[in-house]
Amino acid sequence: MFEAIAFYLFAFLTIAMFYIAVTTSQALYALSSLAAGMIFISAFFFILGADFLGAIQIVVYSGAVMALYAFGMMFFDTTRDVKEKQGNKAIIIGLSVISAALVVLIVAAPIVGNNIEALYPITEGAGNTQEVGMVLFTKYLVPFEVAAVMLLVAMIAGIVLAGKKMDLSLTLMNEAEIMLMKEEDKKVLS
Amino acid sequence: MEMAYLIETVIKIVVVLLIFSALAGIGTYFERKVLAFMQRRLGPVNVGPFGLLQVAADGIKLFTKEDIVPTNVVGAVFKIAPVITAATAFMAAAAIPFLPSFTLFGYEVHPIVADINIGILYILGIMGVGLYGPLLGGMASANKFSLISAARGAAVFISYEVITGLSILAPIMMVGSLSLIDFNEYQAGGFSDWIVWSQPVAFILFWIAAFAETGRTPFHLIANDHEIIDGFGTEYSGMRWGLFFIGEYANMFFISFVISLIFLGGYGDGSLLGALGLLGKVAFFFFFFLWTRAAWPDVRPDQLMWLCWKVLMPIAVLNILITAIVMM
Repeated sequence: MFEAIAFYLFAFLTIAMFYIAVTTSQALYALSSLAAGMIFISAFFFILGADFLGAIQIVVYSGAVMALYAFGMMFFDTTRDVKEKQGNKAIIIGLSVISAALVVLIVAAPIVGNNIEALYPITEGAGNTQEVGMVLFTKYLVPFEVAAVMLLVAMIAGIVLAGKKMDLSLTLMNEAEIMLMKEEDKKVLS
Repeated sequence: MEMAYLIETVIKIVVVLLIFSALAGIGTYFERKVLAFMQRRLGPVNVGPFGLLQVAADGIKLFTKEDIVPTNVVGAVFKIAPVITAATAFMAAAAIPFLPSFTLFGYEVHPIVADINIGILYILGIMGVGLYGPLLGGMASANKFSLISAARGAAVFISYEVITGLSILAPIMMVGSLSLIDFNEYQAGGFSDWIVWSQPVAFILFWIAAFAETGRTPFHLIANDHEIIDGFGTEYSGMRWGLFFIGEYANMFFISFVISLIFLGGYGDGSLLGALGLLGKVAFFFFFFLWTRAAWPDVRPDQLMWLCWKVLMPIAVLNILITAIVMM
């Protein structure tokens, strides 16, 4: 019974939060409700007994949404409303209803057809964390390693792009040196 | 059965909430007294014996002060930000075993609200979420100083989460579990079994990161009085400001519990002596927070980032590598 209560409570909260995130024109409301919704989703993992994934959901998404806040801070005055262009309402509503129906259909079809089978039955005596590890480092080892290499490539590219002239400080240079640097930049570009 | 479990959990939650909100208040008294002692002052002396009732006086003042919400702030977010700080601090406490299990009126009590098998991950995750309080408070305040404080909060959070996670990975590899109770049992053999002897580097790194996670001096950049007034708290008044404070002090207590449980043997074999030992260790770490505040100046933000990415992170990664090689 408590499971059912918890499920409906968190389902309502999650949908309400994401609804606010989509409809509001205030950047801070959107970001805060997005973060709250992401954290409420972790409740479903906890209800299903997947503690590890629940905690990972909190850790990863709280960090990821935090990065969005940082962008928000850089690009807008977050205490003002954002002026949005209003498109054709009928098209927006129609498209969202159709895509929602499609998602429900895609998820529900295999369940109705009884085609879902658990390929990896629960190992006796192993906790949740060990279960994830076992599947990750046996069947999905190659995708896992490829993802790791891709992240490394992205990191190196980020460092190369952002790291130009990191040893220079404009505040410590005098006017002549700054002008000289600008001249050199022009030469490189032309 | 389910009903009994529910009632037990609710009682535990209420007890933890009451004890630690009271301790947060008393913590401010200790902070003033310890700082006063170290700076050769008297500290609070006027209200009650040794100034002990100063806590009650502060409480009355905070509760009865007018709740001001300035113009131009983003109302809802501004109001909810202090609640996030306090609530997440107490949510993190759900997975901390405060004492060994004991028998009360013939009923065995486990002083942990939820013994989930990923305790550490959960605690660190929720403590990370706690930084949304200062971040949202700062961004919603329509005040430049608050905004600077929020930006610093985000930077410190994203950087020092890395140090906490990496430093704690080596002990987790040794124990092979994420539950704090398993950590305690791994070190139950006594003084020589403590993880701090085999993982001294991880211990120091986690301790340093704990100062950043709780926002204490020398990493007290998000509310640095002499540069940015009170940072995210500048526009707050009354109990809303007090909630930020309760969250900060509760976090200090909880992180002290976590350090003692992971590195210093926790409550040991579960005897009365072990339980007192755990409380002693927590008291020492709490005192150490106050001691550094009296002894050290704040670092600059760029020094903080330099320390994190160029010193602590390479050391943490090397520590993991060496631990893995030794364990193989």
